[in-house]
Amino acid sequence: MNPTDLNDPEYFHRVIDCQFACPAHTPVPEYIRLIAEKKYAEAYMINWESNVFPGILGRVCDRPCEPACRRGRVEDKAVAICRLKRVCADNKGDVTHLLPGPSREKNGKRIALIGGGPASLTVARDLLPLGYSVDLYDDQIEAGGFVRSQVPSFRLPKKVLDEEVNIILNMGVVTHLNTYISSMKAFLTKGYDAVFVGTGAPRGRDLDLPGRQDAKAFVHIGIEWLAGVQYGHTQKTGKTTLVIGGGNTAMDCCRTARRLGGDNVKIIIRGARENMKASPWEIEDAIREDIPILEHLSPGEFVMAGDRLKGVTFQRMQGGKTDPETVFIPCDEVLLAVGQQNAFPWIEKDSGLTFDDKGRPRVDETTFQSDLDHVFFGGDAAFGPKNVITAVAHGHEAALSIDLFCNGKDLKKRPGPLTLLAGQKMGPRDWMYHSQVSDEVRQKVPMVSKVKSIKDRLMEVELGFNPKIGFKEALRCLNCDIQTVFTVDECIECDACVDVCPTTCINFIKNADEGDLRSRLLVPAKNNSQPLYVSDLLPTGRVMVKDEDLCLHCGLCAERCPTAAWDMQKYNYNPAKAGQK
Amino acid sequence: MNSRRPAFRHPDLPKNDLGYTRRDYEGGDSTLCAGCGHDSITNGIIQACFELSIEPHRVAKLSGIGCSSKTPAYFLNKSHGFNTVHGRMPAIATGANMANRDLLYIGVSGDGDTASIGMGQFVHVARRNLNMVYIVMNNGCYGLTKGQDSATADKGSSSRKGRPNPFEAIDLCEMAVQLGAGFVARGFSGDKEQLVPLLKAAILHKGFALVDVISPCVTFNNTETSTKSYHWVRDHMEASGTFDFIPERQEITARYEEGATQSVALHDGTVIHLHKSDNAFDVTQRRAAINALEDHREKGQILTGILHINETLQDTHDILETTDKPLNALTQEELCPGNQTLQQIFETYR
Repeated sequence: MNPTDLNDPEYFHRVIDCQFACPAHTPVPEYIRLIAEKKYAEAYMINWESNVFPGILGRVCDRPCEPACRRGRVEDKAVAICRLKRVCADNKGDVTHLLPGPSREKNGKRIALIGGGPASLTVARDLLPLGYSVDLYDDQIEAGGFVRSQVPSFRLPKKVLDEEVNIILNMGVVTHLNTYISSMKAFLTKGYDAVFVGTGAPRGRDLDLPGRQDAKAFVHIGIEWLAGVQYGHTQKTGKTTLVIGGGNTAMDCCRTARRLGGDNVKIIIRGARENMKASPWEIEDAIREDIPILEHLSPGEFVMAGDRLKGVTFQRMQGGKTDPETVFIPCDEVLLAVGQQNAFPWIEKDSGLTFDDKGRPRVDETTFQSDLDHVFFGGDAAFGPKNVITAVAHGHEAALSIDLFCNGKDLKKRPGPLTLLAGQKMGPRDWMYHSQVSDEVRQKVPMVSKVKSIKDRLMEVELGFNPKIGFKEALRCLNCDIQTVFTVDECIECDACVDVCPTTCINFIKNADEGDLRSRLLVPAKNNSQPLYVSDLLPTGRVMVKDEDLCLHCGLCAERCPTAAWDMQKYNYNPAKAGQK
Repeated sequence: MNSRRPAFRHPDLPKNDLGYTRRDYEGGDSTLCAGCGHDSITNGIIQACFELSIEPHRVAKLSGIGCSSKTPAYFLNKSHGFNTVHGRMPAIATGANMANRDLLYIGVSGDGDTASIGMGQFVHVARRNLNMVYIVMNNGCYGLTKGQDSATADKGSSSRKGRPNPFEAIDLCEMAVQLGAGFVARGFSGDKEQLVPLLKAAILHKGFALVDVISPCVTFNNTETSTKSYHWVRDHMEASGTFDFIPERQEITARYEEGATQSVALHDGTVIHLHKSDNAFDVTQRRAAINALEDHREKGQILTGILHINETLQDTHDILETTDKPLNALTQEELCPGNQTLQQIFETYR
């Protein structure tokens, strides 16, 4: 293999598993260290810069970082990154003095945001400090989009949502709420320099089955029903409620139903439980609230008894095929959570935008630019339903594109990430970070008792980590951003690093191609998603090969190195943002 | 401040025949200087014991005083151990071995502990052919007392202090061959590929097995002018050959070139196939071994590998005709068979 090129900004980025997996590339270990130091406001600001909604995401994020966490490979449970994010949001105190105010000088450019969800708000956050004028249009009475209308308050209290949405609105957004844009063509005549569409994937899929029309008073589309609950239009549900679907919306539906008088709520899924789309922790929470999951059932017919719903028939599924056996499950109400779709009824066919057969606009995956060069898409509106953190990441990229576009620059020539590699040595065996690896297991999150929380749909179920538990959990972070940097010229091949490495990552062997090297390491490197760090040739004709997979970043290689050929250096990686030179 | 080694290990660590991983042979965290050769030897011992599937509770580790003699704390922490008096490890090892001949005795000593204060003990344990592995972590200096030249420092070699050593060096390997040791080898801490097999062969050998390991002292004796520095040893070492182990139950499938390979059967049935280097000698002959050592010394080279092996010698227990059963396992009836037996013995003299 060729020696590893440390000038490639992505090499060490890839080693920071959580940051690499995060769509917005939040510097996770950096803010976790600040939590351990009780610097909650600073930790909050790192999050705020990167993912804009720490308090919201600290509760409802899809957590792509956690399955990626190295700790999950070293032992069985990842660091509770999401809950730690909430710790900094809960304990930050007043951060107003740290937030950027509205820009004093306007640059004369006007930007319109259609839809007031996380993607649009991120664009506003990134562009306002640069002097842009930002108008936000939303058909609801408050901004926030999906997180406001569909995420139940027992997972995300209104107070938290309002606070973080208002931070951005107060930066100088001109809001046009309760305003439905019914025509794109008409809207484009307003003469904005750029338009960002962040209208989400607002249409819930229906099930066109026999009896659907007759049962329409008792069968609801999940996301519409959730919005009805959020806005107080729906206050009750049937005693026995079936939720059809296995995604996170289904979990929100069933838990909300439990709080609206649904004593007997069941989840019905077509496939197997292990293949459910919902996040494991959301499934756990549903089960904790006595909601059973019935597997391998495909809905067949809504059965009425007079003017009331009697139940639903299901076909049992066996190995992907339907079994002739029919199962009848009696119920009073049904919630359908079988997927969401994009819908742009307000965009005319001849508006200049093109749509694919799924009804999605043609959007460039890097620039988020549509066929109309000043119209950008982001969030679920761009590539279909994903999650909040992905919408935020889209918002950042779209804001960068809009800024380049308004300055007449090439959108494809995007600035690179800002990176910095900084030494951490304070003295012998003394580093600027807590290098000792904690043996603590993943901390449990305190919750409100089931009896209490079921009675009140506004009461937040998770109490979050208190500072003490948060501290314990923060120390579990392996500091994967503190890199092991090897200087080949200093090495005397004494083997001290090989001997001390707890997880047998370091090898000195004859060079070969990657597959051969991986198989010949002291412990073969089977995880191909993790890179090998290869040095230049050493005096004995060997090379140093480090398997990054299970490195604990404990710093012992550097502590035991007599010549400082190994050094621990912190790698900062910040993706380019709008306004970056 | 941090030097506590994390508890996590690689989940895919290989297992040996006992189902143990390398971790089961580890000890405490080293407190030696960073880059010390002794730590590499420690890890070589761990690796050798792991590969040979030795039960840790069947091992006794013994040492004297010095940097080297601290290392038994860093390996096999599930084994028996005795950190003895300076230079007196062989006496304790002899006593322990006499009491329980069934354990594997690994003695660790340094060049000071062996070649200076312990020389009197060393020569006698070698000539008695006590069944033990005697590892010398040889760095040519007294690291624990700030790097004075030791008795194994080569004449003319100078450490960080800068003054060339005016005295002749003691070659422990040559001495051991001359004293009749059955297994004599020399290794280098910076070459585990050679060191681990040497340690394995020494462990399997019945009788006294000396492994003299050159182990650079990075703090005091790793200078350009020292003959026990990493770079000097790398530039001047020459191996007597490489070798393969064929455990007893394994069929011999490899074919070796006539004349270039010498096979030696060990006590437990394992066969060592030595692949000799170009100017090789017959390692089973004492005279040849001493000649080879002298030849290399004259050329300023360090001869490494197995230097001498003789599987036909009797160990101390054989020579003294002790009981097969360890003394510590003998019951009172066996030790004091009673008046009737005594009378029978008397009868034989009447």
